[in-house]
Amino acid sequence: MERALILRGALAGAVGGLLAFVFARIFAEPQISAAINYESGRDAAQDALDKAAGQAVPAMGPDIFSRTVQANVGIGVGMVFFGVAMGLLFAVTYTICLGRVGGVRARTLALLVAGGGLLSMYVVPFLKYPANPPAIGHEDTIRSRSVLYLTMTLAAVLLLIGAVLLGRWLQARLGTWNAALAAGAAYVVAVGIVMALLPSFGELAANVHTFGRHATETPLPLKDAQGRIVYPGFPADTLATFRIYSLLAQVILWGAIGLVFAPMAERVLTPPSAPEPARRDTAPASLR
Amino acid sequence: MSTIPNTAPTARASATPVVTSEARAFAWIFGAAIVALALYYFIGVDQGAFSVFGSDTHIHEFVHDSRHFLGFPCH
Ligand SMILES: [Zn+2]
Repeated sequence: MERALILRGALAGAVGGLLAFVFARIFAEPQISAAINYESGRDAAQDALDKAAGQAVPAMGPDIFSRTVQANVGIGVGMVFFGVAMGLLFAVTYTICLGRVGGVRARTLALLVAGGGLLSMYVVPFLKYPANPPAIGHEDTIRSRSVLYLTMTLAAVLLLIGAVLLGRWLQARLGTWNAALAAGAAYVVAVGIVMALLPSFGELAANVHTFGRHATETPLPLKDAQGRIVYPGFPADTLATFRIYSLLAQVILWGAIGLVFAPMAERVLTPPSAPEPARRDTAPASLR
Repeated sequence: MSTIPNTAPTARASATPVVTSEARAFAWIFGAAIVALALYYFIGVDQGAFSVFGSDTHIHEFVHDSRHFLGFPCH
């Protein structure tokens, strides 16, 4: 049974990843192109400034994969495999939760676990360290940024597990509704504390040293020696649109995982010895 | 009321059965988690902050757009 559930989780994840890829190909790629165009223009302006100041201009290395490959096959492979990974984690969580979370239907549990995955694997980390298009971020802070992002994600996942356990424990004395509210509030507070403790990307020592104190690494306007702006800061609309699309892609991914997995799980978990022939006669399917 | 008996799936129609009590179930769950974390690592993290293949950047460059779009720090 666990084998059936996990293979179906991987399948649901692949479907979710495929849908998220289609969405990304249509909506994210134009924003990624805009960000890369910004970067090219900014680099050209920087080179002109450096040349005027008599500094050597660094030569760019050749691309390993063309933009066409990255924007079509590359993002497709990345999204689908990420979907499979999330589908597997989803199925693992679902299988462990089965029978341990009270009187929840197999189908409902699928949506609850998918919601928890969306929240802890993406939304909570996103609130602290939102997704950035290419052309944002400094090469020398990539390690710190990755460690911080993974720390935030791990904290979001572990705290959510803790909140679920807390809710289960409180249920006996507070009832399901109040226990869920209390556990949810505890999760918000705990996540808020972690967010307050972790630094923003702009506060990393390397960034403060080079650029001064800013909240993020989003490129500021480029100025010449006289302090005149010769190239604008990163376009705010490109950034905001990219982030909203990134969030929507995750909603599509996790929504698909939950909705594709739910009926499959119910079929797996319904024992063949006890079919439900009377279902249509006793109550409409929507009430079950 | 608060707990579900650890019995066969037929015990209660509305509740869900425990299926993780066997060693075989553990092997599947553990294996799936390892595969998932490996995929997560190679798509989101490898050849950025860390790299298991040294100075190579093929994976990073190939999944580059998805890495950004999935929310991982990249550049
Ligand atoms: Zn990048």
